[in-house]
Amino acid sequence: MERIPILRMGDFLLVTIQVDMHDRLAMTLQDDLTRQIVASNSRGVLIDISSLEMIDSFIGRMLSNISLMSNVLAAQTVVVGMQPAVAITLVELGMSMPGVRTALNVEKGMMLLRECLDSDDSEVEDDAS
Amino acid sequence: MMLLKSESLPIVSEQDIVRARQVARQWAIDLNFKLIDQTKFVTAVSELARNTLIYGRGGFMLLEAVEKDLRKGLRAVFEDRGPGIPDIEEALKDGFSTGNSLGLGLPGAKRLSNEFEIISQPGEGTRVTIARWT
Repeated sequence: MERIPILRMGDFLLVTIQVDMHDRLAMTLQDDLTRQIVASNSRGVLIDISSLEMIDSFIGRMLSNISLMSNVLAAQTVVVGMQPAVAITLVELGMSMPGVRTALNVEKGMMLLRECLDSDDSEVEDDAS
Repeated sequence: MMLLKSESLPIVSEQDIVRARQVARQWAIDLNFKLIDQTKFVTAVSELARNTLIYGRGGFMLLEAVEKDLRKGLRAVFEDRGPGIPDIEEALKDGFSTGNSLGLGLPGAKRLSNEFEIISQPGEGTRVTIARWT
């Protein structure tokens, strides 16, 4: 079965979507990611969509679901590299993608994930003290 | 209006939705659509192709390259013989869905297109036509 690869890098999972996804492939990615977050105890997910030339309501909802599900599993998701034309189209389509954090590129996305992790950790310390 | 080119594509599987957007993208590139216009048209095509598959239980997309008053454009007609839409006004509202979706397909595709027309006969099927000009 066709799958989008998920790479593990320390506490994070990295996904680069490079194909024009059909709906089932998008659903499979959603399932695989949630399973992988639990299996590898991940704290963050970075999804690179810079090669995606289009996001319709189905793919938009998949990205939103991944973010919401990862939150429930105590992990943060950052979506990076959205093309400007895709962003404009998404807004006109009426998609708000609740819960999705975005960054301009992979580097900034990683920074954002680390910041989230650090602030989570310090909150835990604050609670303990 | 002059018809430059036309092609009919079946929409009977998820893979056909992908195919519909790829053909739409290529034709938009061939007509020198700007990137933003390509993206809007392809996204509208994707939404409507999915509607044809899921709500219309399959059908086809007729894609046409047309020219009017020296302007080129793309028109896509989605036709199915599914159950039809009893209340079109309701179906065009954001967030209305009879399935498990966000209900953005029809109203979103309308916003992304320069022209939009929908004809539906309960029990007989639905035809949605969109057009986008260069």
